[in-house]
Amino acid sequence: MLTIAVTIAFACIAAALLLNFWRLVRGPDLPDRILALDTMYINTVALLVLFGIHLGLTVFFEAALLIAPMGFVGTVALCKYLLRGDIIE
Amino acid sequence: MVELLVSFFLVAGGAFALIGSIGLARLPDLFMRLHGPTKATTLGVGGILVASMLHFSAIEAGVSLHEVLVAVFLMITAPVSAHLVARTMIHLGGGDKGIPDAPPGAKSRTGMKNGNEPELEKT
Amino acid sequence: MKCWLPQPLFSLCLWMVWLLLGNTLAPGQMLLGAVLALALPLFSVRFWPDRPRLRRPLQLLRYFAVLLWDIVVANLVVARLILGPTRKLRPAFIRLPLDLCHEFAIVVLANTISLTPGTVSADLSLDRRTLLIHALDVEDEAQAIARIKDRYERPLKEIFEC
Repeated sequence: MLTIAVTIAFACIAAALLLNFWRLVRGPDLPDRILALDTMYINTVALLVLFGIHLGLTVFFEAALLIAPMGFVGTVALCKYLLRGDIIE
Repeated sequence: MVELLVSFFLVAGGAFALIGSIGLARLPDLFMRLHGPTKATTLGVGGILVASMLHFSAIEAGVSLHEVLVAVFLMITAPVSAHLVARTMIHLGGGDKGIPDAPPGAKSRTGMKNGNEPELEKT
Repeated sequence: MKCWLPQPLFSLCLWMVWLLLGNTLAPGQMLLGAVLALALPLFSVRFWPDRPRLRRPLQLLRYFAVLLWDIVVANLVVARLILGPTRKLRPAFIRLPLDLCHEFAIVVLANTISLTPGTVSADLSLDRRTLLIHALDVEDEAQAIARIKDRYERPLKEIFEC
């Protein structure tokens, strides 16, 4: 039961990542690409947590916890760069 | 019983994350695309985190609650990044057609200041 | 009291985050977390020039409960819109006149709007009186504004009372 659910969830997240990647490649504008990257890191958090459940280990959780702030800071930095032409004023 | 609940949250979470990305891929313009990732993907990851919480509480001694941290963090940051992306798009001139005129005396803040933080004066 | 515990709620949050990070209730960790939770607000008090005053903490909890429910409903609505035919969607920008004056309350409102059905906050006017919102599918603009004002802005105004 759990194995099937984990497999379905893996498939969903993998498909989601592929769609994000398609949007990242296709564009058409820079904000689209930033949005695609933003969605990708959120999905990566989900993927890591899923992998933790799959293996029954909690170590992967720390990585998920680290990726979440890093991705957010990355998005903010990219947006600020486009908005102001500078990140740290 | 717990396994059933965990499976439900896993499948629901995965489905919502997928819906968010489908929205990102298929909707026609950026402002519409924003809706998918901010809502559906956040809830999807939330569902998977709840599943992880239940799973590890059941198989290990004691309760596992640290997933709440990631869920809360994503709930707080997802709207902020959506706001920033929207504002970037407006700044780059993407939404000119649909934006209603500002009431007199109100200038747009776009490109002036980052509205989601307490102000830091430029020194 | 006031000088060495400037933000009791902030301290409580920090303490809980520390315990959640360690995922433990060991006495040593609780003590260390308490020390940090007391020390950090003392050192960071100068970064908060005007702190929001929370008048009714219990109502804030109620607000979050309503919000959590709305997020789940919002997702079902948005899922239907995304998977349905895209040509039928009527996206629009809406200007929402704000009654709130404290910036923290405005941030909470903007985040709420982004997380609930079919609306994303996009920009704030320079004088902080209007919020630009993008909605995925609007039938009636006035009704959407009234809904946001009634459901989210009024409780926030009561909670933060500026």
